[in-house]
Amino acid sequence: MVGEGILKGMVETARNFLGSYVEKERLTTVQYPEERIPQVEAARNFPFLVYDGPNWQQGMRCVGCQICEKECPPKCIFIEKSKDKKPDAVGKPQFYPAVFNIDISVCMSCQICVEVCPFDAIKMDVEYDLPTDDRFGGLLLNKQKLSKSNEYYHEIHPTEASAVDGALAEERAKVKAAADAKAAAAPAKPLAPATAASPVSPTGETK
Amino acid sequence: MTQEADQIFVLAKHWLMGYVPAVAQPIASAVLSIVPVLIAFPLLFAITTVLERKGLGRIQNRYGPNRTGPAGFFQPIADGIKSLTKEDIVPLTADQAVHFLAPVLLVVAAFLAYAVLPIGRNMVIVNLNAGVLFFFAVGSVVELSVFMAGWSSRSKYSLLGAMRAIAQMISYEVPLVLASVVVIMEAGSLSTVSIVERQAGYTGIWPHWYLFTPWGLVGFFLFMVAATAESNRSPFDLPEGESEIIAGYYIEYSGFKFALFFLGEYLGMFATSGMAITLFLGGWAAPFSFLTWIPSYIWFFVKLLTLIGFFIWIRGTLPRLRMDQLMNLAWEFILPMALLNMLIAGIWHFMQPGVVRWLVCLAIVAVPCILLRQGLKRRKKFQVRTYRYAD
Repeated sequence: MVGEGILKGMVETARNFLGSYVEKERLTTVQYPEERIPQVEAARNFPFLVYDGPNWQQGMRCVGCQICEKECPPKCIFIEKSKDKKPDAVGKPQFYPAVFNIDISVCMSCQICVEVCPFDAIKMDVEYDLPTDDRFGGLLLNKQKLSKSNEYYHEIHPTEASAVDGALAEERAKVKAAADAKAAAAPAKPLAPATAASPVSPTGETK
Repeated sequence: MTQEADQIFVLAKHWLMGYVPAVAQPIASAVLSIVPVLIAFPLLFAITTVLERKGLGRIQNRYGPNRTGPAGFFQPIADGIKSLTKEDIVPLTADQAVHFLAPVLLVVAAFLAYAVLPIGRNMVIVNLNAGVLFFFAVGSVVELSVFMAGWSSRSKYSLLGAMRAIAQMISYEVPLVLASVVVIMEAGSLSTVSIVERQAGYTGIWPHWYLFTPWGLVGFFLFMVAATAESNRSPFDLPEGESEIIAGYYIEYSGFKFALFFLGEYLGMFATSGMAITLFLGGWAAPFSFLTWIPSYIWFFVKLLTLIGFFIWIRGTLPRLRMDQLMNLAWEFILPMALLNMLIAGIWHFMQPGVVRWLVCLAIVAVPCILLRQGLKRRKKFQVRTYRYAD
């Protein structure tokens, strides 16, 4: 018959219409603010700063070397290096970032800062629900807002965080062994420029 | 009691008219008739937009709007506020006056068509003795407003959309009128009120609707196809064609003028649906004799909502036609069938009632359909498509 195809199509749409009220699995829409799809482990959005231990100011891994700031393609990172040194999580005196800002309205989530960081201090977060009614101040994250604990890092990227922890422990053990050996060999020289673990970046070249 | 419920609006008007001085009575009577129509049908438009979006969503296995108010039913209010507060941009080179008048004219023309629609028993604004003619005459004003919109915008997409719209509307106006001629032949009247009254009787429990005759059935089908094209709805929404010419003749419209176009388009759709109900589905008459206790205006709106639902269903099903397919359908199928349908109506009128009459009339419809089927089959060739420029 003429128009047979139209009838077939209309039966199909009617089945879809009625079926969507009966079968829940037909409706694939996720009702976003109430329901969320669990994210895959490799998900990433904006960077955050990792700190060890309970205190975010003391345990911050970042030493303010400013490599990420220089590498950042859209230039969304702003770092001001400290003048003094403070003991880090393992008690070693280190420089620290006096100011560390990331403008997430500029950040393009490329992860280059994470790739270049020699201290595993900056990692990618999975938080994507960051709306704000202040589009200038609200999207400029400061040091405190960026700091998140290593436990949080384990929570969002377990595999990656374990690997990082392992590498860091190995590195620290190596450094400790080297320092112990040096201290034993030449106790007269306390200020031996220690190791690969703290590459001294040229200070005063901040821009 | 049933009588009062049926005539409640008519009685209310008479009661109100009692308080009006004799001098102001003609004006007051007109206002009291017109204002309910001006309220009821835009309200129906608001409900239809949300129902359409929800229905289309369900057809595509989505939820549709469900955030604004209970189950998303305050969506039209949000849409209205949005379109009212949006900036109204008029192109610099546009013809300012015509650009403004086009949507206004569309809405006015759409509202004028309701003047002759009998919404219930004794509920019609004017009972013109050439009501059907008036309806189609007013309906053709829509074309003018569409062309005003397309031409005054000074945009090639607008003009293309308007050209398409004009070509389509003129092509489909012919079968639209011819499909309704059969009813006028049978009823012997151009008055919408008397056409409905002729269908309001019952044989046993069955109504005397013109739909239940072979020519009425064919006529209703042709009328609905032509009405879909006339109101620029999918699958005949080429003038809009958002994937090809963005939005056709209303691409340069924003804010409330754009909303007025939508309002006009939907009002036109309701009006043609109302005409289809008046001509073929017995207007305000109940579908069975034992249901006559339900007020007549309720039956009219039930039928109207059913047709609107059908329009939404069609829109969710069929893809948009190509321009040549659209024209071929109008001139090569709908128009000859409408002419043939007039012949059937004549034969029906002069034959004795009975099964033979039905068989003869249905055969006259079936034969061209079978021939068309075979012709289409013969023409259909499957081959590997070659592209001249793409490789």
